[in-house]
Amino acid sequence: MTLASTLIAARSQMAFTLGFHIILASLGVALPALMLIANYRGLRHDDADALRLAQRWSKAVAVTFAVGAVTGTVLSFEFGLLWPAFTGRFGQVFGLLFAIEGICFFLEAIFIAIYIFGWKRLSPWAHFWTGVPVVIAGLGGAFSVVAVNSWMNQPQGYSPTSGTVTSVEPLKVIFNPAVRYEVPHMILAAYLVTGFIVASIYAVGLLRGRRDRIHRLGLLIPLTVACIATPIQFAVGDSAARAIAAHQPIKFAGMECVDKTSTHVTEYIYGRCTSSGVRGGIGIPGFDSFLVGWSTSTKVTGLDAVPSDDRPPANTMLHWAFDTMIGICTLLIGLALWLGVGWWRKRDFPQTRWFLRATAVSGVAAVVALECGWIVTEVGRQPWIVYNVMRTSDAVTHANGVWVTFGLVLAIYVALGAALIITLRAMSERWRSAGEQDVEVPYGPEAGLPEVSG
Amino acid sequence: MSEADAVAAVLWIGVTMYAVFGGADFGAGLWNLFARGGEGGKRPRDLIDWAIGPVWEANHVWLIFTLVVLWTGFPSAFEAVFSTLFIPLSLAALGIVVRGAGFAFHRTARRFRGRLLAERLFGLASVLTPFFMGTVVGAVAGGRVPVGNAAGDAVTSWVNPLSLVIGALFVATGAYLSAVFLVSDSRRARVPDLERYFATRALVSAVVTGGLAAAGLVELHGHARFVFDGLKGDALPLVILSAVCGIAVLVLLHRGARRGARPLAVGAVASVVWGWGIAQHPYLLPQTLKISAGAAPSATLTTLLVIFGVAVVLVLPALGLLFTLAQRSVVEETSRPSPQPTGGEA
Ligand code: HDD
Ligand code: HEM
Ligand code: HEM
Repeated sequence: MTLASTLIAARSQMAFTLGFHIILASLGVALPALMLIANYRGLRHDDADALRLAQRWSKAVAVTFAVGAVTGTVLSFEFGLLWPAFTGRFGQVFGLLFAIEGICFFLEAIFIAIYIFGWKRLSPWAHFWTGVPVVIAGLGGAFSVVAVNSWMNQPQGYSPTSGTVTSVEPLKVIFNPAVRYEVPHMILAAYLVTGFIVASIYAVGLLRGRRDRIHRLGLLIPLTVACIATPIQFAVGDSAARAIAAHQPIKFAGMECVDKTSTHVTEYIYGRCTSSGVRGGIGIPGFDSFLVGWSTSTKVTGLDAVPSDDRPPANTMLHWAFDTMIGICTLLIGLALWLGVGWWRKRDFPQTRWFLRATAVSGVAAVVALECGWIVTEVGRQPWIVYNVMRTSDAVTHANGVWVTFGLVLAIYVALGAALIITLRAMSERWRSAGEQDVEVPYGPEAGLPEVSG
Repeated sequence: MSEADAVAAVLWIGVTMYAVFGGADFGAGLWNLFARGGEGGKRPRDLIDWAIGPVWEANHVWLIFTLVVLWTGFPSAFEAVFSTLFIPLSLAALGIVVRGAGFAFHRTARRFRGRLLAERLFGLASVLTPFFMGTVVGAVAGGRVPVGNAAGDAVTSWVNPLSLVIGALFVATGAYLSAVFLVSDSRRARVPDLERYFATRALVSAVVTGGLAAAGLVELHGHARFVFDGLKGDALPLVILSAVCGIAVLVLLHRGARRGARPLAVGAVASVVWGWGIAQHPYLLPQTLKISAGAAPSATLTTLLVIFGVAVVLVLPALGLLFTLAQRSVVEETSRPSPQPTGGEA
């Protein structure tokens, strides 16, 4: 196998495993918060339905956390298996963030188990409080991992910049400039994705005529959280885009298909990026310049500013991913407004089937936006693994066989994903038919009870 | 002790914890696999489930811990190991996925067939994963991992007698530890027949482990002289301690003693791990990379030690809470394997 072919396999495997993990990670960050909101409501207002939701969601947390943890372990291996030269050179720089992440995940795993045991074992409020560290650890974990990615985009805090690293400034590494927008953007994304996914499940139930209070509450709690997060996400994303135009101009040029450095640059919505400009799509003259610097005469750096080996690949995909993320965000803001108006008028969510249908697809839409955002970040960073410092092609393993492992990973993950979905669906079916007792999860006292048969 | 040595010690703490807790977890999977199918094997399998249910996840965090400390503290060693040993480490990673998923889903699977499949996968991966990890350790101890990006031989580095023996030793050690743990768990669950069941298995696996350890020493003598000499030199007290602990466990189990076997078994494993560390000191990769040469810059090492301190302060109490809560609640509230073997249909 040539190195070039290994590189393609390694990038594909990394992208696939990350794209898979990030969905579970988002649930791991935000589902505990939804669970606690329901728990709080249940205790505060003596609301048995809310408590029941909290209990169910805590079981879903257990299952997704377990799968999130194994897929995360694979990612840690991949830092060595796929990118040994990257980790060999810079592990001493970004590794500290993973050490902090380790504490967070450890605490998260422990407190999830405590919370699940606590349902029957602790006083209600004490039990509620054992859930709080889960939420905090989730935020801390998200901060530290995403900060690694931010550092890869805007590296600083080590020297020398070529060859072996001999000195490191941890605080500069941790608080690199991209943390300011990447971390909040990702955390909001986690809340928004989780909120819309959970709401969409209950929306489907309502559409099928299950109009009990559990379903209504199960829709309302997550949807409210997600709808609050969405407009903020728009603002944060916008500031991210501007920061990228300033600090990673070639990435920005790739995202926006800007060939030549100039002023009065046209903003294209979709369209194909070709060597002779954008084909198709909707062009808004001067708008790209305006978005970057509030004036149509702002100069925007084009791809021609660097040699062709230094430009990101697959510009059309990059551009579409960026536009799709923004488009979905805009639609979701529409959904939020719809909910807001309904609530303002009737103190309830809009009682039309169209609202429920829109909510039912919002979960998938949010996941698509999440994946698109990461494609923008990661493919846009190419050909660099550490922006302007180390090339991805210099980081990849010299071992043979990555295509084989990629094939195996694909097969196993497809089975894993299918099993996860089947399991979660079966759990919810059992909740409907058999009540609470019947569901077993990978942690917790009920799990795997050795039966007394005979 | 230099800062780099301190970080190496932290790394070794992670390795020890993983060898003990992760090892016992893998061993539990092995006993699950070896238990007869159908009703006969159901009760031991239920006990295994019941015993590792609350902790199976936390046990594996030690692996992540070890990896992160290795790549942060000694990145060039990490690069060398993960690139040269691409094959066994890829297989171990896949094994971890299959194992974790198998365990999680056999809990949730409703239909018997799905449950059985998940359980079999869990068992099989529990045997293969530690085997591949053992071959990696054998490759490192045997000095077959040169510094660089895949600079060593992709196959012979880990397919050699030393590596294979150590791979088998890893599997046996896990089985042994877990059987000893399960004896105590059976007692906790008040199922005397299972207590005997696992005591027998503990004895057998102890003998196998001892035999493999002896074979490992012979191989080290032939192919990893530096480590062998270290074991005979500075690390000798630990080797002796390990043997004494191991023999004491055998005696206790044979006599059916009520306490002591568990800590002694842990002691036997932990002292071997530390014996190995001391034997190859001051090398990280014997005779090619010294700890001092492979270490990260001082600011990184200091921060790593501080983070470790914070982790100890935050994580240990939480872990203690979980273990107490789990042990107490499970005993009080849930049913255990039935006191007598149950024949026939449920
Ligand atoms: C549900 C998810 C979601 C939604 C609705 C949005 N984003 Fe996003 N976006 C992400 C989820 C995401 C992400 C979590 O996938 C990324 C990848 C890396 C990151 O920090 O967040 C991301 C990255 C990302 C980047 C690249 C950051 C980088 O390369 O460092 C930009 C410029 C934007 N986003 C801009 C926007 C804008 C202008 C949006 C709305 C109008 C928007 N995003 C909505
Ligand atoms: C915070 C965490 C993340 C880190 C530290 C990280 C790190 C990496 C690394 C080391 C690579 C390989 C080198 C390269 O291709 O430049 C990579 C590639 C990639 N990652 Fe990420 N990643 C993170 C999150 C994600 C997520 C959540 C996704 C979701 C889809 C993702 C998508 C990709 C893609 C698509 C590539 C391949 C890019 C290409 O080669 O064209 N990343 N990432
Ligand atoms: C390269 C990137 C990444 C690596 C190497 C990585 C590594 C890991 C590891 C090792 C675990 C398991 C920890 C355990 O066993 O307790 C894990 C789980 C988790 N990861 Fe990632 N991760 C990455 C990207 C991300 C991102 C981008 C997020 C962001 C939000 C994230 C959030 C989580 C969370 C919350 C968990 C806990 C499990 C869960 O809740 O589902 N990870 N990750």
